[in-house]
Amino acid sequence: MKAGESGGTVLVLGAGSAIARAIALELAERGYGLQLAGRDMGELERIATDARVRHGVPAKALFFDALATDTHEAFLRESREASSDSLAGAVLCFGALGDQEEAQADPSEAKRILDTNFTGAVSILSLLANHFEERRSGFLCALSSVAGDRGRQSNYVYGAAKAGLTVFLQGLRNRLFRSGVRVITIKPGFVDTAMTFGRPGMFLVASPQAAAKRIVAAIEKGKDQAYVPGFWRFVMLAIRLLPERIFKRMRL
Amino acid sequence: MEPSFVSPLSGWGRFPVEECRVFRPERTASIAEILESGGEPTYIARGVGRSYGDASLNGGAGVISFERLNRFLDFDAETGVLDAEAGATLAEILEIFLPRGFFLPVTPGTKFVTLGGAIAHDVHGKNHHRVGSISNFVESFRLQTPGGEILECSPRKNADIFDATVGGAGLTGFLRSARLRLVPVETAHVLVDFQKCPDLESAVAAMDESDHLYEYSVAWIDCLARGSALGRSVLMRANPAKRTDLRNGARDPLALPRRGGRVLPFDFPGGLLNPWTVGAFNTLFYAVHRTAPRQLADIDKFFYPLDSIKHWNRMYGGRGFVQYQVAFPPETGRAALANLLDRVSASGRASFLGVLKRFGAASRGLLSFPFPGYTLALDIPVSNGLVDFLRDLDRLVLDHGGRLYLAKDAATTASTFAAMYPRLREFREIKARLDPENKLSSSQARRLGIVEG
Repeated sequence: MKAGESGGTVLVLGAGSAIARAIALELAERGYGLQLAGRDMGELERIATDARVRHGVPAKALFFDALATDTHEAFLRESREASSDSLAGAVLCFGALGDQEEAQADPSEAKRILDTNFTGAVSILSLLANHFEERRSGFLCALSSVAGDRGRQSNYVYGAAKAGLTVFLQGLRNRLFRSGVRVITIKPGFVDTAMTFGRPGMFLVASPQAAAKRIVAAIEKGKDQAYVPGFWRFVMLAIRLLPERIFKRMRL
Repeated sequence: MEPSFVSPLSGWGRFPVEECRVFRPERTASIAEILESGGEPTYIARGVGRSYGDASLNGGAGVISFERLNRFLDFDAETGVLDAEAGATLAEILEIFLPRGFFLPVTPGTKFVTLGGAIAHDVHGKNHHRVGSISNFVESFRLQTPGGEILECSPRKNADIFDATVGGAGLTGFLRSARLRLVPVETAHVLVDFQKCPDLESAVAAMDESDHLYEYSVAWIDCLARGSALGRSVLMRANPAKRTDLRNGARDPLALPRRGGRVLPFDFPGGLLNPWTVGAFNTLFYAVHRTAPRQLADIDKFFYPLDSIKHWNRMYGGRGFVQYQVAFPPETGRAALANLLDRVSASGRASFLGVLKRFGAASRGLLSFPFPGYTLALDIPVSNGLVDFLRDLDRLVLDHGGRLYLAKDAATTASTFAAMYPRLREFREIKARLDPENKLSSSQARRLGIVEG
């Protein structure tokens, strides 16, 4: 469903990040209209304008706060109205790595990481799932993480939240299969964004544009799950296969 | 806290290399945050690192990369005016707007530069003799001062700041966005007249005589030829192709042929480029070109021949190279070019082809490079004794009333620079007003005494 043909609009949640912007531009290039949701309205307006000028598609900025779950119902109404009820799908990009050491010392930081990456995501995805299920069409794509494939000492609170999200998406996919709604889980490895910029230990980092191409291709092909870049599938296979008695001794 | 890391950094010439703390904001608001709490004494903006020397380096201090602040903010198809953030590259602008029938009003020899960098160096192109440098097409820009103020500047509003900023190497403030007037074109092609000139005299004479017939003019000059062949050149002069000039009427006149990019995957070993190998290449280059009129060439091929080879700067080996670009006034031009070429070819410091062209009227930028006359750019690989050699060249340039280009310079001195840029004092006054604490500085600005410290 393309904007030009049927007014297909994709909602991008957490649209201010570099990877979300790249996904939005990739969708725009393929003719989808955009709703860009997040907290920094000035930034979202600029990204929306950029998509309009580059690709001539309609693009609109909407305020959305993942942590304010009691506002999510009203948000979905606003989003549906703004798209004349023609949402083709949604891509969930928000998330926060947080500070693992702080999370160990202070449970409120741990809670913030879990709320942003898991609770907030579950809240808005559930509402969107009900909407698409009723309409018997649409897609839900969410950026989980390779960090959710196995817990390691350097980021296991974030990893736990993303593991929860991955399982939630699996269940959702199973439930929505019969109503023709596709659920796509994306597991990015290292992508060259502010989240990884200048961090030690990064290798084979993908550009946001390359990642976005793969993500949008996964959406259009209706894949269930995709590692981005693709070789991370094998990296994570190896990591998952390591016996716990060895894994627990490693510094990761 | 905006992420950053300390890294050895260089310009396109890979000389010099300096340790800088690099930031790469993805949100506009981060610029102010970095200035507030980045912890560095000074900062300089960097685009995609295509200036050759140390204009975008800030040794022991902060560098802010603008590559992620590259959004298009408005386009008016009636006037061709594009409003874009400073980090947008000319390549992106072409990708989007060439298919819609618009071309850059002025373009340097690579499209992999940012709009901000192009304005900060007031870049010129092969049409300088006709239209001047890029600042002539900048309707206005928004400049963020180190104090956080946003100033709208144009040739009419805040004109003194406009004049200090175009060509001002990023030292007056951070360019947030600029409105650039694109020019309409019928096709993505030009019609080139190739003309071989056996020596410098004939090349310069041909340019003086008939450059006015061409929108674009450039000469590739063999920097190693000596004696009677000194300065032998291939002139490539062109006008935009019209739709009716394209033989194949069926194809999209605004489409560029797709080319697989080639990559230079490793540094050439030192010594591979020597006077013999480069001399052979240059001779071959001269030999294969024929004097031929009205040859159709697409925009990528004519304007950006080296862009098709990624990392071509590795050709000069791991120690890097300097690009030495000078401008001479018409009175001294011929003698100066001959002396300079003589000095370079005698030195055995192998340079590939140089680029020679005529400049038109100077722009309003206080530190803008072009003025009426001739300009020559040549690559010189870094090797022992290079700095002394460049000092000699600098003296020759000064003696002939010439000047060097900040976008290329990596080695000249403060006194030489001051002698070349008579409006430096005016520039310093405006800079002091906009940036009283000298928060904006670069390795180059300190080396050349543009900024104290």
